[in-house]
Amino acid sequence: MQTLRRKDILGLEEMSAEEITLILDTARSMREIMQRKIKKVPTLRGRSVLNLFYEPSTRTKASFELAQKYMSADSVSVAGTSSSLVKGETLKDTVRNVEVMGIECVIMRHPVSGSTAYLARNIEASVINAGDGMHEHPTQGLLDMFTMLDKKGRLENLKVVIVGDIRHSRVARSNIWGLQKMGAKVTVSGPRTLMPVDLQVFGVEYTPFLEEAVEEADVIMALRLQKERQEGGLFPSLREYSELYGLTTNRIAGAKEDVLIMHPGPMNRGVEISSEIADSPRSVILEQVTSGVAVRMALLYLLLGGTKEE
Amino acid sequence: MTLKHKATVMDEKSMRQALRRISHEIIERNKGIDDIVLVGIRRRGVPLAARLQTYLNEIEGSSIPLGILDITLYRDDLAERQEQPRVHTTDVPFDLNKKQVVVVDDVLYTGRTIRAAMDALIDLGRPATIQLAVMVDRGHRELPIRADYVGKNVPTSRSELVQVKLQEVDGEDRVDILENKKS
Repeated sequence: MQTLRRKDILGLEEMSAEEITLILDTARSMREIMQRKIKKVPTLRGRSVLNLFYEPSTRTKASFELAQKYMSADSVSVAGTSSSLVKGETLKDTVRNVEVMGIECVIMRHPVSGSTAYLARNIEASVINAGDGMHEHPTQGLLDMFTMLDKKGRLENLKVVIVGDIRHSRVARSNIWGLQKMGAKVTVSGPRTLMPVDLQVFGVEYTPFLEEAVEEADVIMALRLQKERQEGGLFPSLREYSELYGLTTNRIAGAKEDVLIMHPGPMNRGVEISSEIADSPRSVILEQVTSGVAVRMALLYLLLGGTKEE
Repeated sequence: MTLKHKATVMDEKSMRQALRRISHEIIERNKGIDDIVLVGIRRRGVPLAARLQTYLNEIEGSSIPLGILDITLYRDDLAERQEQPRVHTTDVPFDLNKKQVVVVDDVLYTGRTIRAAMDALIDLGRPATIQLAVMVDRGHRELPIRADYVGKNVPTSRSELVQVKLQEVDGEDRVDILENKKS
């Protein structure tokens, strides 16, 4: 496959293995640019991108903005003023106004699942989902796969364990869809109350026993535990969660020597991951951040760097 | 529109002789190979640069660095092309500063590829000189660019296509002129 024949990047569930492979291959070429002294190529000169973040973000927003600068695109960033902008016409109108100013691509993060798909249907510009509610965070899934591929040399038959709040996690969803398309085997672990009700539709294994799951794992990915979930009564206390599912040296003692430890950030050190593990040589948490810029450069090139089909 | 074979302008032997001659010209012009580095433009410039490297090493008995340049991200026709070209990796694992950089490509035509290559190189460092070696110069320049080392000058018309085949990529060494025929 040579070109990505789609207007938007909304989720990995709807993407093919060929498309994912093209993106990951292109990202490898982009990473070389990031290692140069002059980190800039003129490819997207004169193309305009809007970053629209209705939820807080440090990493993802900085990563998208850097990717745009490295590719020479012009960009503006707008932080969502309030979540009451969420519904229907208002969002559409906001973006239509920006679209008539010549924006060709909108990067959006939004608390409502499906909001990016709604936006994509209503504007001509390309839309990249930077996280929509509990639905998907496709660029995170892609950068995680890029990191695994880079470190392990393959995704086929790679055993990946994802630990934590799968139910509310768009990162987990994107990884689950993407990894399985690429032939990896995914196991999820965590309290049953933090698993999606419809877990079987994802086609993954589930075990409540983390120690067992990590024995065979090539990759262990801890998810951020959102503290507000505790108030919802889904688990008794942070301490109890941490004692059962926090990644610590003891908990993963049975894991392979060369297992990769990943976390999408931001980390709650001492809750879902101990500092000792997060800063260990097996941790590729910072590599994930580097991969993120390369993957986003690749997506910008594939969506904007060429003729738009009329 | 179909492409018809018009003439074969170089064969394996004449291509080998041309590359050997170019190797000697590079040494003569730069008074040795001390600061020379070779950079092949993807894709057929890369095996040609590798062959020049072998010849230069044979003649001078020391090894010169070889880099690979992908110019996709520097093209000026991305917006006009029907098919988006695939990006490949640039691999220039050495310092270009103060080096005599010999850029190698198969065909010199409009000069736009070389313009893109020069921009890409200058983003990587500040060479002392950039020189250009090509297997075929077919004319019809659109930019003020010329080659320093030419395997063969081949006068063509714009409707024709020059096809350089290389053992490493295509399984044989030859240069053909193909004609665009309306049929």
